[in-house]
Amino acid sequence: MARNWEEFLVEKVLLLAAISSIIIILLIIGFVIQQGLPAMEQVGPLNFIFGMDWSPSYDIYGVFPMIVGSLGMMALALIFAVPLSIFGAIFLAEVAPKTMRRILKPTIQTLAGIPSVIYGFFGLIVLVPFMRIHFGGSGFSMLTASIILTVMVLPTILSISEDALRSIPLEYKEASLALGATHWQTIKNVIFPAALPGIVTGIILGMGRAIGETMAVIMVAGNTPIIPGSILEPARALTSNIALEMGYALGLHYNALFATGIVLLMMIIVLLVVTNYINYKRKVTVGGGYL
Amino acid sequence: MISMPRIISPHHAQKIMNVVLWGVGLLAIVILIIIIGYILWNGLPQFSLEFIFGNPVGSGESGGIWPMIVSTFYVTFIALIVATPLGVLAAIWLAEYAGESILVKAIRFAAETLASIPSIVFGLFGLTFFVVFLQMGFSVLSGGLTLALMAIPTILRTAEVSIEAVPQSYKEGSLALGASKWQTIYRVVIPAAIPGITTGIILGMARAIEETAAILYTVGAALAIPMSIWDPARPLPLHLYILATEGVSLPNAYGTAAVLVLIILIITISTNYLVEKYTKKMMGR
Repeated sequence: MARNWEEFLVEKVLLLAAISSIIIILLIIGFVIQQGLPAMEQVGPLNFIFGMDWSPSYDIYGVFPMIVGSLGMMALALIFAVPLSIFGAIFLAEVAPKTMRRILKPTIQTLAGIPSVIYGFFGLIVLVPFMRIHFGGSGFSMLTASIILTVMVLPTILSISEDALRSIPLEYKEASLALGATHWQTIKNVIFPAALPGIVTGIILGMGRAIGETMAVIMVAGNTPIIPGSILEPARALTSNIALEMGYALGLHYNALFATGIVLLMMIIVLLVVTNYINYKRKVTVGGGYL
Repeated sequence: MISMPRIISPHHAQKIMNVVLWGVGLLAIVILIIIIGYILWNGLPQFSLEFIFGNPVGSGESGGIWPMIVSTFYVTFIALIVATPLGVLAAIWLAEYAGESILVKAIRFAAETLASIPSIVFGLFGLTFFVVFLQMGFSVLSGGLTLALMAIPTILRTAEVSIEAVPQSYKEGSLALGASKWQTIYRVVIPAAIPGITTGIILGMARAIEETAAILYTVGAALAIPMSIWDPARPLPLHLYILATEGVSLPNAYGTAAVLVLIILIITISTNYLVEKYTKKMMGR
């Protein structure tokens, strides 16, 4: 009897720990919405999201320039990072000799582990002056931020793509090579297409990382709350908007920053739902079609 | 339709792509060497006994970073003593008890969401929940608890993978000897998965040490050594951010950055060592 009680109790304690994730996520969403809602209500949700003007001193809150800033920096970073990561992943999964892999793997891991404030500091001290000299302006710009973001999302996309490429059954590759295709033709026409859903998942996770990044972006993007005219002009991300102004925000301003957090949360949840959908589809098609 | 003439033969394409792929691989290594090299080259010369063990003078124009090292240690410690049991116990449940129910799916989706929420949103939550609602104020406790929430999914995922990797035969052996399910988990599965669980805890620790945005508005920014968990503090990344953006002192910023980079390097190397040892143990013999 005693033994059964112990087993029962243990399982319930473990279950409780597992459920804590759900409780935490609900608390986070609940509290952020509760604090942000007053601003959404007072400004109007559409005016808040599509408003072009952010001037806390006049109690005018529109985050559209920051949405453009966040999405713009993310898109630019992906333009650089996606090809680099995919080539890097193909290199690691298919081409690199063992020694090279033993060096490159920890390199990617370390790049993923470098604190974002270090990336920001490096950007501020090295990249911003470099951009100022070579492209003019202040050097603080959307482009500068996206270059830093490129390095930051590269490990995410690369390692997930590598896993996807590695998980392709060897028979696919052997069949293609046996038909006389070169190694590159095999990679391009057989392995890569088969690994595409996994690679897309990696890209979406990279998008999430780029949208969520705060410190590195804040230190190099210039942070003016206006839609930039070109990629060489400064811009402000949603995350930076919160971090920059929370220190002195009062009243409606304070709520408006939480409302900015709601917008960020919505973006991340959309990305998560899309990844889950892709993973679900992948399981169905690959799982059903293969032996 | 006239088909495009084949300008590049497959064998040339192969050669060109080999060069491109090698180039990308080497580029990643070069980027890492430049970033780490630059920080250490400029930061290591700032190191001295006074810099590491001294108190900052003024707002950090000169003097040392000892209070920041202590602050980092405190918030990381609090984050880990909260996140480790929650993450590991949840991992045991998911790996050993959970089937395929809606609840399990919900837990996994929640953990995934927790892992992808932007750190500044954790900061907002920490501010409104720990600092204001629970009245912990700007303190080591508020900052540490906020970091704990961020470390949970990291620890959970790594621990779950390593528990699942324990060979089925270990469990069957124990169960056949008459051990109960929990005895098997406690005596057989967890000891076998310990290196993986440790790796998860170290990764969670890394996440807590490097995080800035989540503690920006939860931990305060005091320059003195925190005397209790209710005192405000200033961990290393926050100190670096303030030094760099407010133009307080470039040499001290370099030094602080170098300390952070060294900590992260040590963590990465030790996790790699653990993982290698672990895979050898599981595969070899």
